[in-house]
Amino acid sequence: MSGNNAAISAGLFRARVELRQSVTNVGELIGWLWIPVIAVVVMYIVGDSKVPGTDFSLGSQSVPGILGMNAVFTGLMGLALSLVTDREDGTLLRAKATPGGMVSYLVGRILSKAAITVVVFVLILVPSLVLFDGVGKSTASSWLTLIWVLLLGLLAVMPLGAILGSLFSNAQSLGFVTLIIMGLVSVSGIFYPITALPGWLQWVGQAFPVYWLGLGLRSALLPDAVAVAEIDQSWRQLETVLALGAWAVLGFVLAPIVLRRMASRESGSTVAARREQVAQRPA
Amino acid sequence: MKVNPNMTTSGCSAPHDGNPEHNPERSGPLRERSPNAPEVIRVHDLRMSYGAKEVLRGATFTIHRGEVVALLGPNGAGKSTTIEILEGFRRRSGGQVEVLGVDPNNGNEAWRARLGVVLQSWRDHSRWRTRELLVYLARHYAPFSTSDRQRPFDVDELLDLVGLTEHADARVGVMSGGQRRRLDVAVGLVGKPDLLFLDEPTVGFDPEARQHFHALVSRLAERDDMTILLTTHDLNEAERLADRILVLAGGEIAAEGTATELSQRISSTSEVSYRLHGEPHTHSIADATSFVRELFREHDTDITDLEVRRASLEKVYLSMVRDFEAGHADVPAELSSDRPSCAEVKA
Repeated sequence: MSGNNAAISAGLFRARVELRQSVTNVGELIGWLWIPVIAVVVMYIVGDSKVPGTDFSLGSQSVPGILGMNAVFTGLMGLALSLVTDREDGTLLRAKATPGGMVSYLVGRILSKAAITVVVFVLILVPSLVLFDGVGKSTASSWLTLIWVLLLGLLAVMPLGAILGSLFSNAQSLGFVTLIIMGLVSVSGIFYPITALPGWLQWVGQAFPVYWLGLGLRSALLPDAVAVAEIDQSWRQLETVLALGAWAVLGFVLAPIVLRRMASRESGSTVAARREQVAQRPA
Repeated sequence: MKVNPNMTTSGCSAPHDGNPEHNPERSGPLRERSPNAPEVIRVHDLRMSYGAKEVLRGATFTIHRGEVVALLGPNGAGKSTTIEILEGFRRRSGGQVEVLGVDPNNGNEAWRARLGVVLQSWRDHSRWRTRELLVYLARHYAPFSTSDRQRPFDVDELLDLVGLTEHADARVGVMSGGQRRRLDVAVGLVGKPDLLFLDEPTVGFDPEARQHFHALVSRLAERDDMTILLTTHDLNEAERLADRILVLAGGEIAAEGTATELSQRISSTSEVSYRLHGEPHTHSIADATSFVRELFREHDTDITDLEVRRASLEKVYLSMVRDFEAGHADVPAELSSDRPSCAEVKA
């Protein structure tokens, strides 16, 4: 077995262990679930009005967007946050001290975060299919669309998580990223069709993957008639592939560079210094 | 063996009898090493600066295969920096370094697989279970197994070796400080390294754990033919564990030798303390008799409270460290040569 194969298989082992740790930890699951659960419940209660130009309920229209938004939060923020904390407690340095350790660490972390994102996605999706009228189409192709949109979305946002997790040195400053994502959510047509926004804000929303992930999931889960509320009155699947693909390519080019730069700076004393900082912060 | 009635620090090596570390089987001086053993670490003129601050200013030393070497020095002397450079975690500012024949700045994964690293303190993988973590890390080393060195360590054997068998399924985060440290050592060993770095390995150990650890180090060096470089600021620990002690002070190797050699060099040194016009003075001096004779000839009755004591290795070490920190770049006479130093007589 070559060094790389051993590292990748160790990475799969790591992913399994971490996923088990996440799904058996009630506190962590609640941490991932409370935002989308509140969002879905609120939309269920107040979402009786109709999507403009249709007689489709706004609540049902928002479900795929909430799922997409949440995939961004769990995938991107989850990975970023774990990179930051793993640097703080020396997990990353341990990886660096192990032959092939960085490869297995990243394989493990990315796969386990992707898996937990899918788990949370399914945990929100299944009750939503029951609660909301018109969500979910029973054709094989729509499920296929759901799967490729989610996978492509993860490919687009997870490298960004790795980059942000490398650039920010502590969990507090990552809170800033959360704010930015919230801001993006508000211009990405998650809760209300993006066509209601002024034109320049539509362009801002379309520049980022949150919008496209939401749009792709709406195309998979909502009746085609609802597309009239979208830009160009279309699901624009080709554009979705191009936009998410471009983000994925950009991320996959930049992430290894940023990760390598970050990892090369890690040593015992940097970990110790960071710990000192954490200890000095008021609890 | 030095005898130092004045030593009051806890953890001193003055024997409380029956202490197994003081029986003739103590590891250090008795372990045989061929003088022709290959060099595992070669450091020449190692320099390291952080901005304007020069931490290492030309450290030079060599470590041979199978040796247990202690890098001794006060906090902030550059011990950890030195070890991090050797581990390939930090780029040096200057000088030549070879570890297992490779410049650590260019070490590949095969090189990394031959090193074991125990840093000062780890808090990582707190959600993992002990055995699970070792199994995970062990997997990385299998491709680097060779005919004379089977890698990785058998995980159950390793757990037994560090005394964690009972805690195999315990979560790492809930272990006590001593257990955690033993796990760190196990992780350092899991790839069956040729060279093991231990940075302040026994900080936070209770006396029993410390003793257990010392025995473990001896066993590893002998049975597994491991070269071990450890850092410590505890002179007694260095003395118990190491074949050879390197004293790092003022950014360079201020002295080196076996504990016995260092002791012998200073056994002729005495500490003279007195008051001159009521002002206290203390000097470490080789020829105490002539010093005192000179002192009385010059100052006669102005001298009070005269005391002459054999200097302990620890005292000399501490005064040497103080000298270096005060910026005297010269190696103290007590350790650098057999000649008595008279410079202080005129004080």
